[in-house]
Amino acid sequence: MRLSRTLAVLTGLALALGFSGACGGGSGGGSGGSGPAQTGVVGKAQQSRKLVIGVKADQPGLGLQTGSRYEGFDIEIAKIVAKDLGVDESGIEWKTTTTPNREAFIQQGTVDLVVATYTINDERKKKVSFAGPYYVAGQDLLVKTDNADITGPEALDGKKVCSVTGSTPAKRIQTEHPKAHLQLFDAYSKCVEALGQGSVDAVTTDDIILAGYAAQPQFAGKFKVVGKPFSTEPYGIGLKKGDKSSCEKINAILTAAASDGRYKAAWDATLGRSGKPAPTLDTSKLTSCE
Amino acid sequence: MHVFSDPANRAVYLSSFLLILKLTGAAGVIALVFGVVLAAMRVSPVPVLRGFGTAWVNVFRNTPLTLIIFFCYFGLFVNLGVTYSDDDIDLNNFWLGVTGLAAYTAAFVCETVRSGINTVPAGQADAARALGMTFGQTLRLVVLPQATRSVVAPFGSILIALAKNATIVGTIGVLESASVMRQLINDNGDAVIPIFLVFAGTFVALLVPTGYLFGWLAKRLAVRR
Repeated sequence: MRLSRTLAVLTGLALALGFSGACGGGSGGGSGGSGPAQTGVVGKAQQSRKLVIGVKADQPGLGLQTGSRYEGFDIEIAKIVAKDLGVDESGIEWKTTTTPNREAFIQQGTVDLVVATYTINDERKKKVSFAGPYYVAGQDLLVKTDNADITGPEALDGKKVCSVTGSTPAKRIQTEHPKAHLQLFDAYSKCVEALGQGSVDAVTTDDIILAGYAAQPQFAGKFKVVGKPFSTEPYGIGLKKGDKSSCEKINAILTAAASDGRYKAAWDATLGRSGKPAPTLDTSKLTSCE
Repeated sequence: MHVFSDPANRAVYLSSFLLILKLTGAAGVIALVFGVVLAAMRVSPVPVLRGFGTAWVNVFRNTPLTLIIFFCYFGLFVNLGVTYSDDDIDLNNFWLGVTGLAAYTAAFVCETVRSGINTVPAGQADAARALGMTFGQTLRLVVLPQATRSVVAPFGSILIALAKNATIVGTIGVLESASVMRQLINDNGDAVIPIFLVFAGTFVALLVPTGYLFGWLAKRLAVRR
């Protein structure tokens, strides 16, 4: 008797869930299901209403994981793209990616898209396709607010500069500014800690990442970004190589988001809190998706 | 294998393992000496020394090494001002790393020596005392020589663990093998598995002979009773 009652409840639940699921699918299909069946990421988004998106988990302001929640500018950009592909926030599965595993994750299909401070360069273009860039970063320096003698990379001689082991910014300091003393750690958070304690004079990486650290509440007012970028790092959205139609679709979404204010809103809600005004998305620089 | 045909990559690969050997060597010698001293403290009749030895072992053996190394930089150097070199960051970081590794490994050496002391029959110490030897003399001339010879094989295990633990010093900026491996993987995203295999293989190639060497030494040096 008890068993059959449990069964009845379960069946009821399953029915209710199935029903609501069917309704959700139906209404979503109405808005995005125009045109012939698509392939690639766009096709998957239309058919399953789900996307797996690779993001960074340790970059304040860009992609930061707290508990099971992810937040930051990359996350907001990913949400905009997913929404216009017909995938709600509940349909996004966030996946933490790190710098070395991004290409492999895309190639193996572990993730559909990568929005993870992903600099577009020729070597990476051989393995994945890029949409975007949605932001153009540049390597910059983070110093204490009262520091007046570090005004740019040329003032680094004899100074202690901190970056992360194996990163591109660290390499650039080693080759282009060999007179600077380079302190390496395994994470930027340690660099920022060392800067706060005064054991290094500057922290270097992409300006947008530095702005993210400067915007963290515990460092408010203590650090400033020098503001003289000495490299160009266009951040793109990575997807499977050859998925040209999806790439073009994402570029169209970015263009639309830039004109209707969603891009600025995404910035203001995340990195804008550092006091940096929202950049304008230069749609003429978008990749040709080749 | 195009990664390792680049001479620059080969150079950083070799220097990274040289650093592992240097870290292991320096920390190993300090840990051996200090660990034996700690063991002597733990069996001594002076309560303060016994307490110190016990506290050291319990604190360092039960703290993750990453935290100890982190503390060596941010605690010892940044906050307490312990500095080994003012103008050479790399040298400073190296010795801060050695400090952490040695403090950690000494706890294991201490416990190993103490277990070795238990293998020396109680009659040996009794006889030494009957001859009028002090505690120091008993330990130095009778007990420790027999105790250390019985724990040569476990020392080998500690040394092997130390060599692998040395990679953790990379977290404070010493370009040892794990850091260099990360750097190479970051630069060559298409050769992750080969790079990993080369670094893992090098460790195995260095440490398997170490294990056999200590096994052989243990047999040769064993006290025959």
